[in-house]
Amino acid sequence: MSVLIFAEHNGEQLHQNTLHAVYAAQKLGEVHVLVAGSNVQNISEQASKIKGVSKVLHADAPHYTECLAEEIAPLMVSLAEHYTHIGAAASAVGKNIMPRVAALLDCPQISDLTEILDNQTFIRPIYAGNVFTTVQSNAKKLVLTFRTSTFGAAELGNQAAEIVSVAATPAQNLSRFVSRELTQSDRPELTQARVVVSGGRALGSAEQFNAVLTPLADVLGAAIGASRAAVDAEYAPNDSQVGQTGKIVAPELYIAVGISGAIQHVAGMQDSKTIVAINKDPDAQIFNIADYGIVGDLFEVVPQLVDALKLKQA
Amino acid sequence: MKALVAVKRVVDFNVKVRVKADGSDVEIGNVKMSMNPFDEIAVEEAVRLKEAGKISEIVVVSLGEKKCEDVLRTALAMGADRAIHVETDEKLEPLAVAKILKKIAETEQVQLCLLGKQAIDDDANQTAQMLAALMNAPQATFASKVVLNEQEVVVTREIDGGLETLALKLPAVISTDLRLNEPRFVKLPNLMAAKKKTLEKRSIDEFGVDITPRLSVQKYAEPKARQAGIKVANAAELVEKLTAAKVI
Repeated sequence: MSVLIFAEHNGEQLHQNTLHAVYAAQKLGEVHVLVAGSNVQNISEQASKIKGVSKVLHADAPHYTECLAEEIAPLMVSLAEHYTHIGAAASAVGKNIMPRVAALLDCPQISDLTEILDNQTFIRPIYAGNVFTTVQSNAKKLVLTFRTSTFGAAELGNQAAEIVSVAATPAQNLSRFVSRELTQSDRPELTQARVVVSGGRALGSAEQFNAVLTPLADVLGAAIGASRAAVDAEYAPNDSQVGQTGKIVAPELYIAVGISGAIQHVAGMQDSKTIVAINKDPDAQIFNIADYGIVGDLFEVVPQLVDALKLKQA
Repeated sequence: MKALVAVKRVVDFNVKVRVKADGSDVEIGNVKMSMNPFDEIAVEEAVRLKEAGKISEIVVVSLGEKKCEDVLRTALAMGADRAIHVETDEKLEPLAVAKILKKIAETEQVQLCLLGKQAIDDDANQTAQMLAALMNAPQATFASKVVLNEQEVVVTREIDGGLETLALKLPAVISTDLRLNEPRFVKLPNLMAAKKKTLEKRSIDEFGVDITPRLSVQKYAEPKARQAGIKVANAAELVEKLTAAKVI
């Protein structure tokens, strides 16, 4: 039984998601990692040091640079015969590529799985995390995406696994990369942060969103998330949305500020270790899942909380 | 240029579903059903492209039980021209759906396929990508902006960390994200008019696609309930509690 994991990277750095995917995949068998890109020898070297990886497949070609699904999927298919499972993190990259791979291989995919029972049996959430389903397949090959927040991260070690160059597949030229605009942030990444501070519609404006949440996130070293309502109202960028259709997070501490707690939002944060809710509506649904709640005006409570945290740290 | 839009009938997004006591299925006997929210966005985008003169005809397709007619009528009322209902009582997996959609896209000779990025019942997020693979067409998933030209479609996608823009050759497959547009409300006269539009019934057998499920569901379970929390009076008390719990 061996597993091929697709390595996510930005050309310079291996993405943390890959470490989570490797961690999960070790339960299934021998793990090989595929690094595709152009001039990415350094990424292959990083990948070779992940504990639990026994081989790195290195595919170098200009048409792999932007990680287009049309180019990466045929490459994965060309390597598939040696593997029983082919997987990636359930990130925007993994979600984009893996179903294309599954269809080309004519094999089923299990998306966003949260638990591996055995090599053919998995648990995954459906209905916005309100239901967990145990699915089994006798298919010879399975395509999988792993929910990163439920699996630990594999560590980097000193031993380096073998790096093997694999032949590039021909360029498909079906799509063309135009541009990429990344949100600049000095904060920890939302899905990896130990503490997440999230705001909702009640913040009222983008200015207030930042004025209220930034000091709190600063004092806690937290990432800033948002509800869909806050993102739709443009208080926060799209990629900060926490929920069924946004990011799934499971930090040590999640502070929901002015968020009602709709099921779609809860789906993205209900596995947080400790949940704090600050809301002026005592009947808000968020209080049903919060470990600690304060009923009050967030514009008063949050600054008080910032002061109390500073006092504690001083 | 013709567009194909796939829509799914799902449990309404406001309903909190329950698992049957024996764990055999999800209780959806008497709950409100509606069009998958991402599919509404796909229909809306197609209608806007038609209103802008970029698309000549919109064919909307749904696969599933008889009641899928409702969501097809809604799509017709929103502005789709014609509907195809592939009727089946089987639960279809994304790959089976993609195979049937591919056959329809070929027969109809569509240049653009629009799908939602995921259905809010199975949360799979697979069908659009699978359809693109089977058609050997380019894909743009999680679209937040679509600009259609004669030769290509330029799509801005939501990715982790920001936005990315791709140009795709036609025919192409696009899956819609939340921010692509705001779907219109269906007005009653349009709903009445939609009843006169063509809704073609097709049997799933005529496509010659093997729809046997590849995955078997062993059981359904509800997530572990979180222990009830407590309300605290103020920020100072909260910091005290969090400190005691060693969270901060």
